Amino acid sequence: MSRIGSPAELEEFRKGIAATRDPAKVGVTLCCGSACLASGSAEVAVSVEAELKERGLDAHVQLRKTGCRGFCERGPVLVTHPDEVCYLQVEPGDASEIVTQSANGQAVIDRLLYAEPGTGARIPKESDIPFYKHQVRRVFGSNGSIDPKSIEDYLAVGGYSALEKVLFRMTSDEVVEEVKRSKLRGRGGGGFPTGRKWEESRKAPGDAKYVIVNADEGDPGAYMDRSLLEGNPHLVLEGLTIGAYAVGAHEGFIYVRQEYPLAVENVMLAIKTAKECGLLGKDILGSGFDFTVTVHQGAGAFVCGESSALMTALEGRVGEPRPKYIHTAVKGVWDQPSVLNNVETWANVPLIVNQGADWFGEFGTEGSKGTKIFSLVGKITNTGLVEVPMGMTLQDIIFKIGGGIPGGRKFKAVQTGGPSGGCIPEALLGLEVGFDELTEAGSMMGSGGMIVMDEDTCMVDVARYFLDFLADESCGKCAPCREGTGQMLRILTDITEGRGTEGDLELLEELSEVAKEASLCALGKSAPNPFLSTLRYFRDEYETHIAEKRCPARSCKELIAFHIDPAACRACMTCLKNCPADAIDGGKNRIHVIDQDACTKCGTCFEVCPPRYGAVRKTSGEPVPAPILEDERIIVRKSKES
Amino acid sequence: MSATLLQIDGKQVEAQEGMTLLEAAQTAGIRIPTLCHHEKLEPYGGCRVCMVEIEKRGWSKLVAACVYPAESDLVVRTRSEKIDRIRKTIVELLLAHAPDSPELLALAREYGANKDRFEAQASFCVQCGLCVRYCAEIKKADAVGFLDRGTRREISFIPELAATVCWDCKECFSLCPTSALQAAYVLTTALVPHPPQVEAGSER
Ligand SMILES: Cc1cc2nc3c(=O)[nH]c(=O)nc-3n(C[C@H](O)[C@H](O)[C@H](O)COP(=O)(O)O)c2cc1C
Ligand code: SF4
Repeated sequence: MSRIGSPAELEEFRKGIAATRDPAKVGVTLCCGSACLASGSAEVAVSVEAELKERGLDAHVQLRKTGCRGFCERGPVLVTHPDEVCYLQVEPGDASEIVTQSANGQAVIDRLLYAEPGTGARIPKESDIPFYKHQVRRVFGSNGSIDPKSIEDYLAVGGYSALEKVLFRMTSDEVVEEVKRSKLRGRGGGGFPTGRKWEESRKAPGDAKYVIVNADEGDPGAYMDRSLLEGNPHLVLEGLTIGAYAVGAHEGFIYVRQEYPLAVENVMLAIKTAKECGLLGKDILGSGFDFTVTVHQGAGAFVCGESSALMTALEGRVGEPRPKYIHTAVKGVWDQPSVLNNVETWANVPLIVNQGADWFGEFGTEGSKGTKIFSLVGKITNTGLVEVPMGMTLQDIIFKIGGGIPGGRKFKAVQTGGPSGGCIPEALLGLEVGFDELTEAGSMMGSGGMIVMDEDTCMVDVARYFLDFLADESCGKCAPCREGTGQMLRILTDITEGRGTEGDLELLEELSEVAKEASLCALGKSAPNPFLSTLRYFRDEYETHIAEKRCPARSCKELIAFHIDPAACRACMTCLKNCPADAIDGGKNRIHVIDQDACTKCGTCFEVCPPRYGAVRKTSGEPVPAPILEDERIIVRKSKES
Repeated sequence: MSATLLQIDGKQVEAQEGMTLLEAAQTAGIRIPTLCHHEKLEPYGGCRVCMVEIEKRGWSKLVAACVYPAESDLVVRTRSEKIDRIRKTIVELLLAHAPDSPELLALAREYGANKDRFEAQASFCVQCGLCVRYCAEIKKADAVGFLDRGTRREISFIPELAATVCWDCKECFSLCPTSALQAAYVLTTALVPHPPQVEAGSER
């Protein structure tokens, strides 16, 4: 690829790409994000390519392997163009049919289309599927249409036009001002106003300044940053370069988790090609502005995503939080002004530059503008990555986009904000998502994790689960977090295992105050959130566990028991055969009985007992009825009598 | 050097530039408790018993005095119901590791901490990091370091170094607020396969 030396050359280059691309031309895009790859999209790609080749269509129909499209639950996702028919859960064996359909414009393949739950009606067009219809995919928009390994693809959708605009038509002050005016807030957790951070760094004295991408993303279950970096690395690079120009930095870092090999690979390639094209490195586009980017692979501790720990790691030391009472924007890496922003924050920057602060602020609440990508998981029909306008209600996200709770179960709570976020109950489903709104509800935006929980979830156990994660990930440097989360975990475990005592809640509250007020970094300061928010909305569940040794959701293993109702059991032997602990005694025509001492409470019997019998009972807080007498266990069947 | 004027516990205090709140308080004869602090070492901010309340432009928050820089016009309170409560709980949490530590017991008396509030923990170490930092910063030997993280974090002598470098030093022993560091060292050296070579005339 030849170097682009001026805005005119960039325009010409872009035109050259457009000339070779006919939007009406037939094509196929296949999601090759990490989730779809895991469900087999690489194999699908091989079959589609082979099919095209065999029919001599490979020059005619293009297969484009794109980044994540978000509907990971139904992957691999394949879309045909120009008609935009969306096929879900595609298998290699479907390739032949798909190629025939897209090349010859034959009838769509019904069985691969999205089926509306309830009616079963098929929806061919991607943008008509409810999962997509209610989203506003601005940042994620290009993910499904470009090949992350191709800079031409990115240029074809207008890529690097924002960079060209700032370098030639805006002063750095104007860029900072525009970002400030957009009211963009950090997408990585804290929600700090991005423009203010940039301004602080721009004004701070320093021999060198740095801009950094935080791609450490360690929240279990969250993968939006990873998907963006994998699927559209140039967007993040362009944002970073604009930020560098705005604050006066000539060196940047991308701190990315080693466990994200595809993200590392794609971003490294993007840096290399951008450099070759003159979009990175010395004298970018002939503007005289120099900027280089280095990828730093981090080795995985959750706390390394915290700003001071991340910067310590960049300096080559152990990634541990440092006491910082001076903003890292003023004194960061090697004590120089350093702007650290999250992947999604950087990805918003080119959009703001191109479309303006007013366009960005079209959506949102008072304090939160633009869109936000959430990772929607848990007890929800459509799991995946969703991008929604700030201010959309939780209700709409969970029910309109997420399709509600599967299996006819009832919604109970949604946990937002990652491990140190909080749980929001049904009564607050009308809450509009935004930084301040979620914080007021006792949770937080965090990086955008959203875990939906149904009525079978025990909220005490949820708090215990997250405390377990946090106590494990605490670096151990400061006492309130290390000792505090450790003790909180111990008490919560006791409560879920029936050893809770009066005074536990008060002690937990005391430890929460200490961790919140006295911890060194935000991990410890926010670690009590899972406990505090569940206590706020589900106090009765705690009290029932402690006073009655009963788990109202019938979920805590130590507090539940299974038994078989002799009146309902038809001795079908299903549970007996499936019990992994061999805890069920019974036989043909002999009513089954669970040996309480051998039972591991795995719940298998409860799940496998045929619904027409429904003989297995799950109880909590009540004694298990004594097994029936041996001679009453024989079932005498009518058919045998006659 | 320009002077900074601030108020600590109602007293006007003049601090030199670059001083921490702890140092500023000390110059004015105001005592703030510490466990992980040592004048010769870089401020660490690990034990958090030096938390104080600061008030600045109308808002207040708790900060660690050993690392927070003295700023003009700050209003600092080193004791309050909340501060005392937090210090008490931290001391109780640490006493579960080192119930016999004289320093912790003195703080326990001052703040009314109950030494048996939390179940006794297996490790003696309160993670103040004094030995690790002293060895790294002053002795530049790195013979003792931290292993693992969270509640599993512990100090550990590097056996090979412990048997050689440490033999003539042992300066960290007296720094340990739990007085148990020596035992950890003895344990480590006992594990070293070859007994350390003792040169003629060297002190035993
Ligand atoms: C324990 C911990 C882990 C964090 N992990 C991440 C992370 O993985 N990615 C991220 O962008 N921010 C993370 N943060 C937030 C960062 O400290 C920092 O606020 C953020 O990167 C700033 O960028 P933003 O303003 O664009 O959000 C973490 C914070 C804490 C306390
Ligand atoms: S709050 Fe937790 S993670 Fe942060 S420095 Fe303290 S011990 Fe480490």
